[in-house]
Amino acid sequence: MARVLILGAGIAGHTAARYLSKWIGKKHEVVVVSPNAKWNWIPSNIWVGVGDMTEEEVTFDLKQVYDKAGITFHQAKGISIHPEGSKDSASPYVTVEFTDEARTGQQDTITYDYLINATGPKLNFNATEGLGPDNGYTVSVCTAKHALEANEKLQEQIEAMKKGEERTFVIGTGHGMCTCQGAAFEYTYNVDHTLREAGVRDKARIIWISNEYELGDFGMGGVHIKRGGYVTNAKTFSESLMVERDIEWITRAHVSKIEPGKIHYELLDGSMGELDFDFSMLIPPFAGVGLNAFDKKGEDITATLFAPNGFLKVDGDYTPRPYEEWSAEDWPKTYQNPIYKNLFAIGIAFAPPHPISKPMKSTNGTPISPTPPRTGMPSAAMAVNVAKSIRDMVNGAEKPTHHASMAEMGAACMASTGSHLFRGSAVSMTVYPVVPDFVKYPAYGRDLSLTTGEVGLAGHWMKYVLHYTFMYQSKMKPGWSYMPD
Amino acid sequence: MPKATNREPYEQTYYPPTPTGFTRYMRNSIPWQIIRFIIINVKMLRLMMNSQH
Repeated sequence: MARVLILGAGIAGHTAARYLSKWIGKKHEVVVVSPNAKWNWIPSNIWVGVGDMTEEEVTFDLKQVYDKAGITFHQAKGISIHPEGSKDSASPYVTVEFTDEARTGQQDTITYDYLINATGPKLNFNATEGLGPDNGYTVSVCTAKHALEANEKLQEQIEAMKKGEERTFVIGTGHGMCTCQGAAFEYTYNVDHTLREAGVRDKARIIWISNEYELGDFGMGGVHIKRGGYVTNAKTFSESLMVERDIEWITRAHVSKIEPGKIHYELLDGSMGELDFDFSMLIPPFAGVGLNAFDKKGEDITATLFAPNGFLKVDGDYTPRPYEEWSAEDWPKTYQNPIYKNLFAIGIAFAPPHPISKPMKSTNGTPISPTPPRTGMPSAAMAVNVAKSIRDMVNGAEKPTHHASMAEMGAACMASTGSHLFRGSAVSMTVYPVVPDFVKYPAYGRDLSLTTGEVGLAGHWMKYVLHYTFMYQSKMKPGWSYMPD
Repeated sequence: MPKATNREPYEQTYYPPTPTGFTRYMRNSIPWQIIRFIIINVKMLRLMMNSQH
């Protein structure tokens, strides 16, 4: 009997666990280790952050679901990977530290035959002084609890505006090396919509600040779409959305420091700026969760297994090259580690070979450009394909049988506002492939029949359908495996 | 202070396209949005199918 150990139960880890339990769970063991007791459908945290959904609507208890599915669950965080085992045993293992009430702080080891690292990111609020809800002055929507707190503070501002006071809202990215601009983008529109519904929009100044070179970059180097008889860039599309909603924007910005009520930032041209704010939601940069690795002699091999940013190296081409020589071929296909063939990394946990957006530095030498997005639909696609490969390897295949390069997969983003079926609105964007392939699609790097953007109620309905579909599917209710991921 | 009779042109909001009344109407037109909903669904399914290898 083989044991497949999965570190992390986010979109990537939970998707892999679901399929592996279905395909090989009766003969083999599937073990999930996650520091969180609850699963969170993160895309809907945006609605929690404006009070349109409760925490309970976007989370559920993992153990209950895993008990029914025959998956072993440990509420713990991974500390170190020992892919060669130890001096006493050749069985590879992971050291974990429990986070449940009964065993908080206790450590144990779990051996494995196959390991999937799907830990997601460390939300690196410490990268910018004053950033984040715990030790800083900004809010976040990265977790359901953060989103709840964001809504509480938003409602306080609305109450003040109802009394006639004016307020400034700053939303965007909290560092020059952030990704996940889409979440902040969606939150901006939801805040705008919430203020309009409350009748106080005229009292609010909303400012978008981000590390993108231009609006609509989203860490993917921007996209081109067909609109109004032209092929146009998402920059035009995004700026139109901002102007329509009376939202100002600052791009090419690295937020360097946040004080109570004041954001300091640096621009690519080297100039420095300050923004006064009353409410600010800034996405933090992501880093690896800090896993270490050791060989059988106990020597530290963390630098061999992980990239400097803490993400696990897989089958990508990590040879440093200038931007002009980057290609779709650089991106990982199987997510298998090149040294330890039973080790995989998916979702945010794998190390990208390089960004997608062109790296930029300010005249002061500060890097200000987005890092690549790898959340949501791409995470699930990687998880399903890695689960298929491990299923086949457990059954005798010598190497991974499926591939899911980000240069051959698509992504969808539904930035929906409001909770009313007929008064809501949404920006729907689809991109294929996520990493542009200028060999296959020489003009724009992408298939323009699958790279689209539009505004309307349909996207709003789609977001609702996606929310309830993925919550149902993730709870592994009857028929879940027949639903698309 | 004299009343402004001209508009400042070279500002952030001056350049991006803004939707016409017809575009805004179509964004909320139920029959049209039902058609768009079907089309977005088909595109999403094609995206998902193309992402499985």
